[in-house]
Amino acid sequence: MSERVLMKGNEALAEAAISAGCRHFFGYPITPQTEVAAYMAKRMPKVGGTYLQAESEVSAINMVLGASSAGARVMTSSSSPGISLKSEGISYLAGSDLPALIINVQRAGPGLGGIQPSQADYWQATRSTGHGDFHILVLAPSTVQEMVDLVADAFDLGDKYRMPVMILSDGMLGQMMEPVSLPEKAVESLPEKPWATNGHKNQRKHNVINSLYINPPELETLLHERYKKYDHINKTEQRAEEYLTDDADLIIVAYGASSRVSRSAIDMARAEGIKVGMIRPITLWPYPVDYIEKNVNHVNSFLCVEMSMGQMVDDVRLAVNGRKPVSFFGRTGGIIPTPIEVLNEIKKIAGGI
Amino acid sequence: MSKSANILLAGFGGQGILFAGKVIAYAGLMDGMEVSWLPSYGPEMRGGTANCSVCLSSTPIGSPQVVTPDVLVAMNLPSLDKFVDAVVPGGIILVDSSLIDKKVERTDVKTIYIPATKIAEDSGFKGMANMIMVGKLFSEIKFCSEESLDKGILKSVPPKKEKLIDSNRGAVKVGIES
Repeated sequence: MSERVLMKGNEALAEAAISAGCRHFFGYPITPQTEVAAYMAKRMPKVGGTYLQAESEVSAINMVLGASSAGARVMTSSSSPGISLKSEGISYLAGSDLPALIINVQRAGPGLGGIQPSQADYWQATRSTGHGDFHILVLAPSTVQEMVDLVADAFDLGDKYRMPVMILSDGMLGQMMEPVSLPEKAVESLPEKPWATNGHKNQRKHNVINSLYINPPELETLLHERYKKYDHINKTEQRAEEYLTDDADLIIVAYGASSRVSRSAIDMARAEGIKVGMIRPITLWPYPVDYIEKNVNHVNSFLCVEMSMGQMVDDVRLAVNGRKPVSFFGRTGGIIPTPIEVLNEIKKIAGGI
Repeated sequence: MSKSANILLAGFGGQGILFAGKVIAYAGLMDGMEVSWLPSYGPEMRGGTANCSVCLSSTPIGSPQVVTPDVLVAMNLPSLDKFVDAVVPGGIILVDSSLIDKKVERTDVKTIYIPATKIAEDSGFKGMANMIMVGKLFSEIKFCSEESLDKGILKSVPPKKEKLIDSNRGAVKVGIES
């Protein structure tokens, strides 16, 4: 690994994308994501890439669609309200079986909301990033190092399955600095994309990228095919980190920023002899249900901690399926919960439900 | 030599609060510690208070937000008022007494008054009260080795501002000795 340097999450992520072979970035500034775009503006011209600040988020995501159609490794980034604007384009990407990396450095909503960190776009990311029957892959880093490590994986997964991938970050991870080792070697060769609509001098049949299917049976068949892919992903691509789950009576489920706060709370609770652990989802879609399944029999209950009014807790409940109690604790509106608040919640539960 | 600490630095935007935090974090990293740096961002910074959480630890850092600091570096009155009660009992408060007249009433913390802004001006490092504070903090809690502190300064000054390395070093030295 290379020397550890201090970098902001947003900047480290942008550098990792360049290392991963991304040469096309289309975006629009919005707090707390702007450093991603600013870093790309500075670096892309130096590596022969394209940085373009579009006139709007709608425009940026459609440029992403165009570049992806031509086979480019392409990304965009934004924060919550901007992702809502991009949602139409994300649905078109999914409907056209196109890969692209979309970064959401979440802030508080709804509407313009606020600019402080939040995790209130969980439903949007995992349920309805746009209209229609579809999923995108959603990855959730919890450290600046993971912001880096997940980028190349995200591009590769997108290419492998020909679908959009989102990295769901938040204002805390984007703005904070932590030591990080950047990839030592840049990716040199990218996967072939025989489906891309690039120039071929009439050497092959024309490729078509399209999401319009007027004939219902044809569209239904296509969706069934696409859902076989989703089923496969659900079975094979789940990722999560377990922390002190082996002997835990209570398991916290938390991702991203709130998993860090929970980890601090767990360490304090352990020091007081309370047996609590954590499952930290790294893939939010596919949801790591296997990790819940593995632990559901030996724990007394689950506690979901989020920076929202409670969204991921639905997925925990679906996975637990009534076998054990699932409770929720969250702060929202741009407030980061404190470890003490989570500790108090742990004690409330550990002291008898 | 290394010591775990949760440090909160706070003042006006423009005083170099975030930079001072970066120097401390980088010095900790050079010392082999786990570190995190979390700034306040957005409109809070413009004309209001800027603050920055720095965690130094021998173990992986959970929440990077310093809610109950071991050390508070206060460089204006609103910041002192806002955070004085959050400091843990037995903690340290560093006050820039050139800018803050008020005395800390708490008796369960160690308060150090240092006229950092005046010292910076008098010693030829105008505008570097932040580095005077870093020096003073270093002499108080020795959060890293002297060598790591110097490396922290070198790493934190961006290449374009290389000419400021020596003055930053100088201001830290004055802070250590004051």
